[in-house]
Amino acid sequence: MKKRILLLFVFAVHVLTAQEYFPTDSGVKTTKNSTYAFKNATIYVTPTTIIKNGTLLIKEGKVVSIGKSVKIPSGAIITDVKGKTIYPSFVDAYTNFGIQKPKRTASRSRGTQYTASREGYYWNDHIRPDTNPIKDFSFDTKKAKELIKAGFGVVNTHQQDGIIRGNGLLVALNPNATNAYRILDTKSTHHLSFTKSVQSRQAYPTSRMGAMALIRQTYLDADWYAKGKMNHKDLALEALNTNQSLPQIFETNNHLDAIRADKVGDEFGIQYTLVGSGDEYERLQDIKATNANFIIPVNFSKAYDVSNPLLAKQISLRDLRKWNQEPSNLAMLAKNDVNFAITTHKLKSIKSFHKNIQKAISYGFNQTKALAALTTIPAAILGNSSIGNLKEGSIANFIITSGNIFDAKTTIYENWVQGSKNVITAMNVKDISGDYMLSVNNQNYQLSVTGSGSNPKGSVKQGDQKVKSKFSFKDDWISITLNKDSGYTRMIGKIINDANVMEGTVFDTQGNESSWSASKQVAKQQKKTKKGKASKKTAFPVMPVSYPNSGFGNYKQPEQETILIKNVTIWTSEKEGILENTDILLKEGKIAEIGKNLKARKAVVIDGTGKHLTAGIVDEHSHIAASSINEGAQNSSAEVTIEDVVDPTDINIYRNISGGTTTAQILHGSANPIGGQSAIIKLKWGENAENMIYENTPKFIKFALGENVKQSRSSNGTRFPQTRMGVEQMITDYFTRAKEYDALKKSGQPYRKDLEMETLAEILNKERFISCHSYVQSEINMLMKVADKFDFTINTFTHILEGYKVADKMAEHGVGGSTFSDWWAYKYEVNDAIPYNASIMHNAGVTVAINSDDREMSRRLNQEAAKTVKYGGMSELDAWKTVTINPAKLLHIDDKVGSIKVGKHADVVLWNNHPMSIYAKVEKTIIEGRVYFDYKVDAKKRLAIKEEKSKLIDMMLNEKMNGGKTKVPMKRGDINFHCDTLEELKN
Amino acid sequence: MKKIIYSVLALFFIGNTIAQQTPADKQTTPIAIEGATAHLGNGKVIENSLIMFNDGKITFVGSATSKIARNGTLIKATGKHIYPGFIAANATLGLAEIDAVKASVDVDEIGINNPHIRSLIAYNAESKVVESMRPNGVLMAQITPRGGTISGTSSVVQLDAWNWEDAAIKVDDAIHMNWPSSFTRGRWWLGEDPALKPDANYGINKENIKTYFTNAKSYLESNRKPKNLPFEAMNGLFNGSQRLFIHVNGQKEITDAITITKNLGIKNLVIANAEGAESVAKMLVEHKVGVVLQRPHRNPNSEDDAYDSTYTIAKTLMDSGVTVTIGMEGQMERMNTRNLPFYAGTFAAHGLTKEDALKMITANSAKILGIDTSVGTLEVGKEATLFISTGDALDMRSNQLTNAFIQGRAISLETHQTKLWKRYANKYKSK
Repeated sequence: MKKRILLLFVFAVHVLTAQEYFPTDSGVKTTKNSTYAFKNATIYVTPTTIIKNGTLLIKEGKVVSIGKSVKIPSGAIITDVKGKTIYPSFVDAYTNFGIQKPKRTASRSRGTQYTASREGYYWNDHIRPDTNPIKDFSFDTKKAKELIKAGFGVVNTHQQDGIIRGNGLLVALNPNATNAYRILDTKSTHHLSFTKSVQSRQAYPTSRMGAMALIRQTYLDADWYAKGKMNHKDLALEALNTNQSLPQIFETNNHLDAIRADKVGDEFGIQYTLVGSGDEYERLQDIKATNANFIIPVNFSKAYDVSNPLLAKQISLRDLRKWNQEPSNLAMLAKNDVNFAITTHKLKSIKSFHKNIQKAISYGFNQTKALAALTTIPAAILGNSSIGNLKEGSIANFIITSGNIFDAKTTIYENWVQGSKNVITAMNVKDISGDYMLSVNNQNYQLSVTGSGSNPKGSVKQGDQKVKSKFSFKDDWISITLNKDSGYTRMIGKIINDANVMEGTVFDTQGNESSWSASKQVAKQQKKTKKGKASKKTAFPVMPVSYPNSGFGNYKQPEQETILIKNVTIWTSEKEGILENTDILLKEGKIAEIGKNLKARKAVVIDGTGKHLTAGIVDEHSHIAASSINEGAQNSSAEVTIEDVVDPTDINIYRNISGGTTTAQILHGSANPIGGQSAIIKLKWGENAENMIYENTPKFIKFALGENVKQSRSSNGTRFPQTRMGVEQMITDYFTRAKEYDALKKSGQPYRKDLEMETLAEILNKERFISCHSYVQSEINMLMKVADKFDFTINTFTHILEGYKVADKMAEHGVGGSTFSDWWAYKYEVNDAIPYNASIMHNAGVTVAINSDDREMSRRLNQEAAKTVKYGGMSELDAWKTVTINPAKLLHIDDKVGSIKVGKHADVVLWNNHPMSIYAKVEKTIIEGRVYFDYKVDAKKRLAIKEEKSKLIDMMLNEKMNGGKTKVPMKRGDINFHCDTLEELKN
Repeated sequence: MKKIIYSVLALFFIGNTIAQQTPADKQTTPIAIEGATAHLGNGKVIENSLIMFNDGKITFVGSATSKIARNGTLIKATGKHIYPGFIAANATLGLAEIDAVKASVDVDEIGINNPHIRSLIAYNAESKVVESMRPNGVLMAQITPRGGTISGTSSVVQLDAWNWEDAAIKVDDAIHMNWPSSFTRGRWWLGEDPALKPDANYGINKENIKTYFTNAKSYLESNRKPKNLPFEAMNGLFNGSQRLFIHVNGQKEITDAITITKNLGIKNLVIANAEGAESVAKMLVEHKVGVVLQRPHRNPNSEDDAYDSTYTIAKTLMDSGVTVTIGMEGQMERMNTRNLPFYAGTFAAHGLTKEDALKMITANSAKILGIDTSVGTLEVGKEATLFISTGDALDMRSNQLTNAFIQGRAISLETHQTKLWKRYANKYKSK
């Protein structure tokens, strides 16, 4: 590799501008004239400072002077660019130009790699702030040409690999110089992402939340290192500390990740520049609220080929909309004053760059902002004021065009980089278009030349008859070949004067030479037909964005209403039991009154006659609405939290409220004994992640025991523990260390902040509660004993299918049980699981909840509660509590939700029938006085989906019929998350 | 390896220490059940009914007001409900005990086309999962092999037997085939988009099925030498004595499956799982193709589908005149088979009348499995496979069995689970 770089440099010395102190052995030393003046141009100094009829003077690669009256020094090479426009060359702040992608490491063994491969660096291989791409940089002439052609002058580049990726490099796209000149900054930026390095198989982190926790811990450790508290070398942390002063650029894959990245940055006082994904329009307000600068790609997707209706049926509204809405992203960001640069990142071909910008403009994107997004804003993001503008002193990077750069008809002539010319289209090519009378060999023809610039097209007719011909115009020479009768006539010639007369030599079919000529005739107006064609390309109407932006989304959030439900049967889940023929008033998001004959005042009145009203169902154990569930690459992942990865776009939120569930604990999975922190959310369909999480949310963490954590189903598990015996020791070890950590912390002495220990210390301090996945009696008993030793109480055993065998011990310890109604036989440890479990635990005095652990079951937990009546004969009142007040108690939110009581949140469900009957259906689900589900509205939404889909399919057919490119339909795949789901959802 | 053997041994050991319920003896005295609301399974209801059976066969179905001698044992069931035993189609009961313990699983044989693979001989009549069906009224099931393209041959059994021979109601009732999907999923574990894209191999896959059946047919019409076991097993498909169950999803796939197999001369056709069947209902009626729906307790097929789309499908199909029952194929299917009545109840909550919902798991399932001459409804001459519940058996609150009979035999409603329940409930009581 090194050799190749050296060779490249040797080669460069010969043909490229060499440094002045380099010896010359190829001739005498010469100095090139490097002063140029461009006269009579429209010059964009910046997107908003425009000089008409101005002069641009550059010298030695810098702008020397610019303005209407510039004094041109003698010796300057003057170019008159009258009628042409000069723009600063574009800047792309986000590329991997000239840096080869690292290869994925071949797997040596099939086992999981837990430890880092690198020595002397951070404990995690995916933290690579020490990556300095200068050593791997090799100027990519081919790619540079493409970028120059598109108008770019400078790109920022880095190694796009890893979570913390190292520094960036600022490069001028100057093929006529060496790296010594064109590398403007060897450490321009510092880069991050949520994606692991391909150079290591180290498993941690397997999830988005793991990546977030890892970045946090790295920052903490870098700080500790900077304070000189570590007694070893860590080159990664050292590099991170050095790079902290650079602009920090964070690549994200979707708008949810952008918001997540920003949140991590805010916690450490770092404002990242966020590399977006083009879907920012889906949550503009949240995007704006990040206050971040963005770098936005323009890789618009192709329309689906919907000509086969059976295939078209499979495409979700969400995906159909993407094609329709995406081109308006830039316009919407601009209108909402989000500051952003545009990048070529993610574009399969640079060729589509201008087309896509033009598309965005046709969707309302302001041109001045477009120019800024390509020049001054990326320059500002990179903290470099000498690029992206043509102010005096700036680098002479500029493009000369025939007119408005964003007009499809405009030609880019030249792109000067560092004062060095790159010709894209020859500038002063004569416009020879027009109709000519062609005389050759005593015959007359009509020659018609169309198109300006370097590649005009010609066609020949004789009378009304078209004559087969070839026409070209190159280097001022015209050549025409006629194919008439049986032979070929070849002509070569030139335009001889301003009157556009062509003259030259002709060789006839026999090879005889004579002369030919063509004279231009009066120009005809032909432009009208062209305009007609252009109008076909106008933008399609953009479908409004809903929240979330998929079927059943809300266009606006439901209003908080004052609602009076009259004459309804109320299941209070309180000691009052069932109240028949009762009224209930919901006001300001709370239950305001319960009683008979309540006054309506201004309330919306609902007749509840024959209907049942209950508190919203609380699911103690759910895995919906999350982008990842397990961080299973370590035996403890106490540092991760589901709160980081709540996904408000999951359709299961809507499906759950359609079944009366209003609150859920989104638990980490059960891949490891000490799992991650929970998110306790309200299923406010359409809200963003932050607003779904409970205010002052109780702190929970998932623990897990048994088959999953000991990797029973893996044939090559190597992670400690592999037995229940090991689980006890592992948990004991962690709590022992947490206790020591907490003691040190409380002593006031300096300590290395450890996010895992912080979380575990919260448990010891009774500030965080454990919900522990458990099955068999031995392990249940064990964990209670471990907790006793450390003087805290296990809050909840979840699953707890053998809870009935130790129900007395559970009651004594004070732990609750959150169980399945009737699941069993799916693995060995549930061999003795019985559906009577809930009833036995309940009778023994344990607080019992019925949970789902399943996105389907969580939409009919009322039926699961009813099974406790069938199995074990619980009373209906007690049965109903297992999905309302009992889980609320277990989650420490029973002061807010879980029962119908004055002062509690107005989270209620209106049923058409006895709520535990198999025949019960939800009519309305209300959360904090807002109707989030209404079966009548649902019926309308179904129709709306159908209508909108057919509109979009129409547009796509239109696109295809008019020659637009299309792609094969696809059906959205999804993953059903359970406890043991290890994979990561794509968004 | 040693470990595995030990755990298998341990499994057997535990399995043997808690003995299964002993199958009931043959009916020796006549039984009369009086006063209950009888749900006949064919849509009819008799309030205050009288049902009598002898020698395992129903001898009387009528009103309790009828003046007819009540021979033998009289069961007073006033206020209670009587139902024909529920029949679970497309189930795998007894083919596996614990999903995650490979040693206990006999569901899926290797190979692409296995028509000769027979589920019956692997059916474990003493499975603890099987006995847990009975307290919920599930008394019969079609035991179906899974996997491959042609999975094998199913048999229908009753769920109170000493061994598989005793259990069999209809031996080798059908051959099961998995129709290829026209979509293929991105391999997300390799970082591909998990989305489903049209499968370029769909045409080839279809062609392979055609070829296989054509070869079978020509073999069966030849002198059959040398013997070909898989082809021999397919004889019944062509002479109409055996059904072909095609497990298929998608409008396009269902249409292809029916057209192709009908053209191949398959006489009795049933489709199972059948997502998208509502779009081709006319064709199903025309070709008399029965439908075994998936359990309704699953998520809708796609994001834009109505939340209740898996609940309303039965009503849509039955309104179109299609014969519909409920199958069990899917996650944790064996353990969930006991929820069969509640699946029917869910269909009733979303459109069907309760009696039509009941029909799905009694008369219709019997018809689709080809056992309707002997079971499926409460009719004179049919087998006395029925049960009494204190309330509506399709609703979990009131599905409480007091008596159940299979072929007239009064079966036990105790299970491994009820025993543990009693043992531990008593443990705390005695304290």
